[in-house]
Amino acid sequence: MRKSTIAATLLGSALSVVSMSIASAQDKVVKIGALSDQSGLYSDLAGAGSTLAAQMAAEDSGLMAKGWKIDVISGDHQNKPDIGANLARQWFDVDKVDVIVDVPNSGVALAVNNVVKEKNGVFLNSGAGTSDLTNAQCSPNTVHWTYDTYNLAYGTGTALTKAGGDSWFFLTADYAFGAALERDTTNAVKAAGGKVAGSVKHPLNSSDFSSFLLQAQSSKAKVIGLANAGGDTSNAIKQAHEFGITSGGQKMAALLLFITDVKAIGLDLAQGLNFTETFYWDANDDTRAFSKKFAARMKNGAPPSMVQAGVYSSLIHYLKALDSMGGNPHDGAKVVAKMKDMPTDDVLFGKGSIQPNGRKIHPAFLFEVKKPAESKAPWDFYKLVATIPADQAFTPLDKSTCPLLRK
Amino acid sequence: MSINLQALSAQLLVGLINGSFYALLSLGLAVIFGMLNIINFAHGAVYMMGAFAAYFLLNVAGIGYWPALILAPLAVGIFGMILERTMLKWISGLDHLYGLLLTFGLALIIQGVFQNYFGSSGLPYAIPDQLKGGVNLGFMFLPIYRGWVVIFSLVVCLATWFLIERTRLGAYLRAATENPTLVRAFGINVPRMITLTYGLGVGLAALAGVLSAPINQVRPLMGADLIIVVFAVVVIGGMGSIMGSIITGFALGIVEGLTKYFYPEASNTVVFVLMVLVLLVKPSGLTGRAA
Repeated sequence: MRKSTIAATLLGSALSVVSMSIASAQDKVVKIGALSDQSGLYSDLAGAGSTLAAQMAAEDSGLMAKGWKIDVISGDHQNKPDIGANLARQWFDVDKVDVIVDVPNSGVALAVNNVVKEKNGVFLNSGAGTSDLTNAQCSPNTVHWTYDTYNLAYGTGTALTKAGGDSWFFLTADYAFGAALERDTTNAVKAAGGKVAGSVKHPLNSSDFSSFLLQAQSSKAKVIGLANAGGDTSNAIKQAHEFGITSGGQKMAALLLFITDVKAIGLDLAQGLNFTETFYWDANDDTRAFSKKFAARMKNGAPPSMVQAGVYSSLIHYLKALDSMGGNPHDGAKVVAKMKDMPTDDVLFGKGSIQPNGRKIHPAFLFEVKKPAESKAPWDFYKLVATIPADQAFTPLDKSTCPLLRK
Repeated sequence: MSINLQALSAQLLVGLINGSFYALLSLGLAVIFGMLNIINFAHGAVYMMGAFAAYFLLNVAGIGYWPALILAPLAVGIFGMILERTMLKWISGLDHLYGLLLTFGLALIIQGVFQNYFGSSGLPYAIPDQLKGGVNLGFMFLPIYRGWVVIFSLVVCLATWFLIERTRLGAYLRAATENPTLVRAFGINVPRMITLTYGLGVGLAALAGVLSAPINQVRPLMGADLIIVVFAVVVIGGMGSIMGSIITGFALGIVEGLTKYFYPEASNTVVFVLMVLVLLVKPSGLTGRAA
């Protein structure tokens, strides 16, 4: 009796030691944290839709049928870097999250970027714009997936300047993203032979833009560049019409415009706006099929925004990398290195790759908002003007200031 | 920075426009505080409801801007009166803090419900055809709609002031707040007057909401973003002072407009800096009665 008990105990502990060592090395458990603005100005373009996109990526990856356990949790960073960083820390320390996705708001993204590196997790950013994430602030644990300020600036800034809009005035949101977008667009405009007449910084989440618009108007610049996002952009465009800015001959350039913003502004006022995005739901059969499934599960029936599509696409690639590794090593840098080795290919962004600095490369599209008469269905908003090939759409590697490249 | 007189006068005018919203909202707050002694934190939420009511009238019932100017405040005012009858009435004798917490909670619930159904980016509402376009004043291009907002809200503010300070009904109201028991002894239905007053204050906020719908996005958090500033306006003007809140509303709009010209980054904070200064020097507000 006694002997058998001891034997059983020994056997048991031996087994548990074995299983523990497997656990610490590799298992088939993944926990995804969708960190987003769940209630503020970016919650429509990211928010709950990004959590849904993460959930759909887990389902569509096919890993669950192979016995993997994938959990998706979500959190609200309220557009505050300290809250975002604390939540990320708690997710890694307490909830054992492997990968953080989305994170709109560049200020929060830069804070989370540091936490993820410190905790050796994985950060697949889709929502934030600042190109610093793959330049000065780049990290071996981060992949910047969907778009960035260089990409927007290059697409829209170059196109409009070459089309004759050679003097610019910026309305800039007063935080990391706005500053990065203004800087990158200024470079693009100057490279294309234009000049910048001035700029004014406005607080994030402003409801009244009339003062700023008047300053832009009196600058006599040909193009007024909106280096802001979400509700700020739609309010600025709406009010620019009121003050006769567009009818006075100045052109508005929304440097970052999401489909949810176009919906909020209405085609009447938004028509004719040029802007750059890397995803549109109505681009091809694959994106339409996915968007239909996605919209059916959204409370307001909206198709995916570029950010939400990026969350899906980045997770599909992440899970593919885990699958090819045969399990989850819970070692962020190792997984990201694997992701960079593999070419990317998914239904939403097509074929692409990840550069050594963490920048995901794919084509970008210059769109124009349709006239109300041209829109045949709800959410039928964009006309494709030009496609910017993948190798030109993002910062060239030799211009990236990422320290990882200097090894 | 060289001062450009043209640009400066344009900023002054723009400030006046924003000031009309501050004035309408802080007036409603002042009326409610003055008569009911309630610090109505739900004010931003009812302002938002006013804008949404206009949106629904247009998109569901096909009723345009002009009738909405009356119908939306009326509907939201009735909603306010139901709130007063079912909830606020029970805490009327208690400390300010209870009213503040109750209305703050109500605001969060109302905004949460709207956000659940309509998201955060907002819905479009067009400027009525009669007020489209603008006039060139030489120093700036003034959209006709903005001019209308200034004039209309000024008229509404003065009418409200007249109603409360200069009419018999207003006299009853003021008497009822001083000594409800005595006024009741004269055969006046004080609880009903209180309910109507709350409805009036709430209706004023809803009216501001309708006015702002064509300018800003109609979104669930439009009031939450504004209400803090409006409270600062009320504190600076003096809680409960009708004329004080009107004048401070317009004046602070102008101060904010000037800040946007000289140092735009501070335009969000300038009102609060002023509030701190006023509280240090004159704690009861510029025109307030000493508590």
